[in-house]
Amino acid sequence: MKQAMDYIEVKIPAKPDYVGVIRLTLSGIASRMSYTYEQIEDIKIAVSEACTNAVQHAYKKDEGGEVTIGFGIYEDKLEIMVADSGVSFNFEKTRNELGPYTESSTIDQLAEGGLGLYLIETLMDEVRVLNHSGVTVFMAKYLSEERENHDTTIATDKTN
Amino acid sequence: MNLKIDKHHNNGETFVHVAGEIDVYTAPKLREELSPFVEGKNKALIVSLKDVSYLDSTGLGVFIGLFKQLKKNGGELKLIDLSDRLIRLFEITGLSNILNISSDSEGGRL
Repeated sequence: MKQAMDYIEVKIPAKPDYVGVIRLTLSGIASRMSYTYEQIEDIKIAVSEACTNAVQHAYKKDEGGEVTIGFGIYEDKLEIMVADSGVSFNFEKTRNELGPYTESSTIDQLAEGGLGLYLIETLMDEVRVLNHSGVTVFMAKYLSEERENHDTTIATDKTN
Repeated sequence: MNLKIDKHHNNGETFVHVAGEIDVYTAPKLREELSPFVEGKNKALIVSLKDVSYLDSTGLGVFIGLFKQLKKNGGELKLIDLSDRLIRLFEITGLSNILNISSDSEGGRL
């Protein structure tokens, strides 16, 4: 098991205002690791979606707090962890409502939310979700193209 | 990082040019600005995404909402000037089958 070469951690207030700041940070890290433009844009969406989930959940419950984003930089991959401030959302339920939409989807079935987690699963190579008192999303993107869309697993680990 | 929205309204048709990043922070602003144009007698809402540098599920959610509202009132939503990346985003979410999107500025169906 390779150790992360470097680790960078950023904390933001659980507010929509700062999700863009995380995209900028990610962009800097991923460019340094020589991901392609397309790959960087994909990771940007996945990380933003995870941050958006955390932020919106904190907002709904009217709880403040912080979202912690950790970047594990390896020789062959980038691992990202997004941990919310301790308020949990029902991941399994949300996951069951995921897209993509099909041509037969009726207008009523078009939810205005819920595509976020589907996008994370689609755009990253590995995804794991830890559902404890809060929610932590781990995701990884490999530098080589070969592993794209393999090993995409979601494990919900409930501990109390 | 802010969103710039320019609107031209003419004869029940509204043309909107959006520039910047559409995310959880700016999506509510986009929804608020465009909502008045999907009500009542508005026939068409045409949105140019040429200068949108970032779009995620929050932005897609706004377009789904506008589309539903327009459809209910007999109107139409057209998203035009999409980059290859944006088209891919609509394709992987299945929304390219449902929404009227186009890579050119004419607004024809793909």
